[in-house]
Amino acid sequence: MATIEFKGKTFEVDEDGFLQRFEDWNPDWVDYVKESEGIKELSEEHNKVIEFLQDYYKKNGIAPMVRILSKVTGFKLKHIYELFPSGPGKGACKMAGLPKPTGCV
Amino acid sequence: MAKHPTPLLDQLESGPWPSFVSDLKHAAEVRHKNPKGIELQIPEDVIDDLLGLLEMSYEDGTTHWKHGGIVGVFGYGGGVIGRYCDQPEKFPGVAHFHTVRVAQPSGLFYKAEYMEELCDLWDFRGSGMTNMHGSTGDIIWLGTTTPQLEEIFYELTHKHNQDLGGSGSNLRTPACCIGMSRCEFACMDAQHICHTFTNEYQDMLHRPQFPYKFKFKFDGCPNGCVASIARSDFSIIGTWKDDIKIDQAAVKAYVGGEIPPNAGAHAGRDWGKFDIQKEVIDLCPTKCMKYEGGKLTIETAECYRCMHCINVMPKALRVGDERGASILLGAKAPILDGAQMSSLLVPFIPCEDPYDEIKEVVELVWDWWMEEGKNRERLGETIKRLGFQKLLEVTNIKPMAQHVREPRTNPYIFWKEDEVPGGWSRDINEYRKLHQR
Repeated sequence: MATIEFKGKTFEVDEDGFLQRFEDWNPDWVDYVKESEGIKELSEEHNKVIEFLQDYYKKNGIAPMVRILSKVTGFKLKHIYELFPSGPGKGACKMAGLPKPTGCV
Repeated sequence: MAKHPTPLLDQLESGPWPSFVSDLKHAAEVRHKNPKGIELQIPEDVIDDLLGLLEMSYEDGTTHWKHGGIVGVFGYGGGVIGRYCDQPEKFPGVAHFHTVRVAQPSGLFYKAEYMEELCDLWDFRGSGMTNMHGSTGDIIWLGTTTPQLEEIFYELTHKHNQDLGGSGSNLRTPACCIGMSRCEFACMDAQHICHTFTNEYQDMLHRPQFPYKFKFKFDGCPNGCVASIARSDFSIIGTWKDDIKIDQAAVKAYVGGEIPPNAGAHAGRDWGKFDIQKEVIDLCPTKCMKYEGGKLTIETAECYRCMHCINVMPKALRVGDERGASILLGAKAPILDGAQMSSLLVPFIPCEDPYDEIKEVVELVWDWWMEEGKNRERLGETIKRLGFQKLLEVTNIKPMAQHVREPRTNPYIFWKEDEVPGGWSRDINEYRKLHQR
């Protein structure tokens, strides 16, 4: 496990750069990750996706299915990839501080 | 000199079958000598460390790869299987050991030049180890590091005009039998439809948007050489509608022993003289064949097109001319609710470029499953949960006897309200007027 220091804060992450603990998330984390996820500047739309993922995770204890993410945010999958080039799993979930997607990926 | 001693693995170098251990040792040696002077982008001893790690697993009987791994290339949600070993200090060469799935040509025909190009790229930016091919069909590149992924992808697409395969909750890489390229049984151009569908549904393949994984496979005939009925959610299997074509002279040649049955497939043992009655007529599952007075006849209306007689006498019997395919849905491995083979949905559908009829079925099935399928529920499980009838409704297909092997035996039959005179709204007081408590 690696520890990352950024703007005076420390984040514990795994090999893929996912936060080890959701509770460690704060806005600086997004600032730190964005470049490695191919994002220059964060927009309102990025924040909308991140906020929804966090709300859903807090309420349900899992990440939403892609279909639900699209439906609630109103963003088609194509647009989600425009916002997060590595996609909703590797990109958006990582930035939102959710646990790493698992299963047959 | 090997980096790690591998006494257990060394035992797998004896015996007649090609030894993966010998191959890996040879590849490790070539990598150390590096005769082409390649500027290796991942550790030189990746193969040595893989052998070391594998030996360790042989000793303690457990895997030494960490759980999961999420890596990839920008723009895609799948294609690369991330993997990290759980002994990175001992085996630094495989600390990162990601697998890259590369889309394969339909039917797996290659030219040496093309293979060499791909090998040069993989020797340079990966381990040089491969799996030809993964069971879904992809060319599999075994072992590279995260920083190499975008580099590999750039070269694949820019220099070799080659894309990644699929992984994750999406359309996986479609595969087919060799079809018309080298088989006289092929009822449709399995390679062409496989290639066409792969191109048509690139977005579904690269960006996961399904409840779970979804696979296409294309078999040219019911022999199932790519096992679509067992290994794909959407199985397309070639068939025909008219008569089997019979060459009576060739039938006589089989009976006379001039042509070996099954194209000589059983030549390794003496099974006696070919007996058409015993080996063909009596084995026909519907008993729709006759051999009388030196003439073979087939009652087409009763034929299931099981392929047996054609397989036994390929020079005398040929598939019909009115060709197409059957569509079967829902095959899956046991997890979660038990293994399934695909079930027949469309008995016969035209299978000609541009395959609009089949695409229509595909898209209707997806519309339904993407909306109704639960998280990580395969199509076969959705069908089981919501009913085959629902599948028929969403695909606009009328129920027919061919949809079942046998009718249901339980009487728990649902009716739609509008099928029942009077509907479901009843007043108990009306009932009480005729039936006292």
